[in-house]
Amino acid sequence: MKVLVTVKEVAIVEDGFEIAGTEVDDTYLGYDLNEWDDYAVEEAVQLAEAGDDVEVVAVTIGPERSEETIRMALAKGADRAVRVWDDAIADVELLDVETKARLLGAVVEQEEPDLVLSGVQANDDSFGATGVALAETVGFQWAAVVNALDTGTVLEEGVASVRRELEGGVEELTDVDLPAVLTIQTGINEPRYASLRGIRQAQSKEIDTRTVADLGLDASVAESSLDVTAMYEPESESDAEYFDGDPDEQAAQLADVLVEKGVVSE
Amino acid sequence: MTVLVVADHRRGELRDVSFELLTAGRELADAAGAELHAAVISGDTDAFADELNREGVDAVHAVDHGEEFNHDVYAQAATALADDLAAEFLVVPNSVNGLDYAPAVATRLDRPYVSDAVGLDYADGTLEVTREMYGSKVETTVAVDDGPFVVSVRGAEWPPAEGTGDAAVRAFDADVDEAAVGSTVRGFEEVGGGGDVDIGEAEFLVSIGRGIEEEENLELVEELVDATDAMLSSSRPIVDNGWLPKNRQVGQSGKQVSPDVYLAIGISGAVQHVAGMKTSDTIVAINTDPNAPIFDIADYGIVGDLFDVVPELVEQFGGDPPDV
Ligand SMILES: Cc1cc2nc3c(=O)[nH]c(=O)nc-3n(C[C@H](O)[C@H](O)[C@H](O)COP(=O)(O)OP(=O)(O)OC[C@H]3O[C@@H](n4cnc5c(N)ncnc54)[C@H](O)[C@@H]3O)c2cc1C
Repeated sequence: MKVLVTVKEVAIVEDGFEIAGTEVDDTYLGYDLNEWDDYAVEEAVQLAEAGDDVEVVAVTIGPERSEETIRMALAKGADRAVRVWDDAIADVELLDVETKARLLGAVVEQEEPDLVLSGVQANDDSFGATGVALAETVGFQWAAVVNALDTGTVLEEGVASVRRELEGGVEELTDVDLPAVLTIQTGINEPRYASLRGIRQAQSKEIDTRTVADLGLDASVAESSLDVTAMYEPESESDAEYFDGDPDEQAAQLADVLVEKGVVSE
Repeated sequence: MTVLVVADHRRGELRDVSFELLTAGRELADAAGAELHAAVISGDTDAFADELNREGVDAVHAVDHGEEFNHDVYAQAATALADDLAAEFLVVPNSVNGLDYAPAVATRLDRPYVSDAVGLDYADGTLEVTREMYGSKVETTVAVDDGPFVVSVRGAEWPPAEGTGDAAVRAFDADVDEAAVGSTVRGFEEVGGGGDVDIGEAEFLVSIGRGIEEEENLELVEELVDATDAMLSSSRPIVDNGWLPKNRQVGQSGKQVSPDVYLAIGISGAVQHVAGMKTSDTIVAINTDPNAPIFDIADYGIVGDLFDVVPELVEQFGGDPPDV
C-alpha cells in the first residue's frame, strides 16, 4: 500500500511586522511545517508501522528552502519525498486551489497511491480546500476534517472508516472507499518529535524534484485566477481598555475589574 | 444573472449560517443586478424551503434526497443546479460541511474558488473577496476576474436575513448518480460532553492557550483558578496535546460559552476559538502580542507576558504562585 502525504512549508509572521506592497516584508517571516500537515504525516507513519509493506511518500509544492521542512517529514518516517517547483510557479504570488490540485494531481497520477493524507488547512493562506479539490481532480473519494481513522479497515478492507469533526462537539462517522484523500484535523494523534537518528537518516534520503514539465503539464497550469490586490493590518475594532504599568500594577487593575464584575470576592 | 446560495443544515435544523448566507448573497445580487436564489439539499426540504423564504430571496430550490448531508450528493446537486440556472455566483458556507463539498463543486464547474470570505464586493465584472491570512494577523483583498465563481463565506460575519419573502419555491430533480456516491454516513456522536464539569455553566472562565508552552506550566493557571474560584477552559491546542480533556475546549468544534467574565491567557483569538466565546459579557485578554486578534473583541487587555502577570494576579487573590 502506498500513502501520499501532502506537506506545506508555511510562513509564520512575527509579532511586530511590516507590510511591503501586497506581502509581509520577508524579514518578518519564519518558516515551519504546517501544523495540520504534521498530524497528517504522523497518521501516515502510524499506518506504515501498523501494516506490512506500506510506503509513505511526502509531497510538497515549494522552493528549495522548503526542503528543510520536507526533511522533517522524512525524519519522522516518510520513505521518500517529492518536491514540485519551477520558475513558472515561483512567479505566482498566490497559488490558487485549482493550480495546487492540478500539480498534486499529476503527482498522484505518477505515484498511484491508495490513500492521500493532507492537512485540513494551511495556517498561512488558510484556503482549506486543496485536499478535496485534489480528490475531485484525480477522481478519488474523500473526507474533510477527519479526527479519527480506523487503521485496521484501511489496511485490511480498503475502506477508510473515519470520524469527521463537525461543529459543536458532534462527530460524523463515515466510511469512504479507497482510493481516497482525507484532510486531517489536529488532535487526531500525537505527532512525534523527529529523533536524532531520524534527522541524520533524513539527510541521506532522496528528495525528487519535479518541474511542471516533468509532471506532464503545461506551464499555463501556474496561471492563477486570483490576484492579491491589497494587504493591510486589520483595523482594530478594539475598544479595549488596556492596563499599563509593571506586571504587578497590571494584575492589580485586573483584580479590581474581576471584583467589580462580581466574579471574584476580595 | 443569478446568485445561488446553498443552505447548511444538520439533524433536522437549518444552521444559522444559512440565513447569513442569504444576506451575503443579497448584497452580491444587488451589486451585480442579479436575482438571489437559495438551494436546500436533503432533509425536510419542504419545511426548510419555507424557512429560507426570507426577504430578498427570489427563488428557493429544494432537492429532496436523503436525510442528512452527504458530500457526493451535495456536490452533484449543487453542480447540476448551478449549471441549470447558469448561476454566476455560487455562495456556500465555510462550515465543516462546506469544507467537505465546495472545493469539489468548484473543480467540477471549473471555476475559481475563494474560501472563508469576510467581505464581498462586486463591480465591473470583478469579484473582490476580503479574507484573512496568517491567523488573522493580516487582511487581504483577492480579486477574481474571470467569473463565474464559487466563494465560501465565514459564519457570523453577515447578519441573518429576516422577514418573509415571496420567493417561488421549486423542486429540483438533481438526478443523483448513486454509483458515484463513494462515502456512507453511518451516524453521529456527541463528544466531549458529560464528565464532571460543564464549562458552559461557569460565571468566570480562566482560559489558557498555546502561550502556556509546557504542560507543567498549567500548574500556574490552576493556582489562579483555585485562588479565584474560577473554572478552567482552553483553546484547542491544549486539548490536542492531551493536557486537558475535550470537555474543556472552547470554540467552534468545542463548547460555546458565555460566562460573565472570560479571561483569555496566551490565546491568539483564531476565528474558530472566538466563535465559542465572543458572547461572553466581559472579555479580558493577556497576550504578549499587541496585534493578537483576541484584543479586537476584548473589553480589557494586558499586553504582557503571562509568566509575569499571572503570578502577580494569583498573589492579588491570596494564592501562592508556583515557580514555573
Ligand atoms: C475546522 C477547525 C475547527 C477548530 N476548532 C477550534 C476550537 O473549537 N477551539 C479552538 O480554540 N481552536 C479551534 N481551531 C484551531 C484554531 O484555528 C487555532 O489553531 C487555535 O485556536 C489556536 O490556539 P491558541 O490561540 O491557543 O494558539 P496560538 O494561535 O498559537 O496563540 C498563542 C498565543 O499566545 C501568545 N503568547 C505566547 N507566549 C505568551 C506569553 N508568555 N504570555 C502571553 N501570551 C503569550 C501568542 O502571542 C499567541 O497570540 C479549529 C481549527 C479548524 C480548522
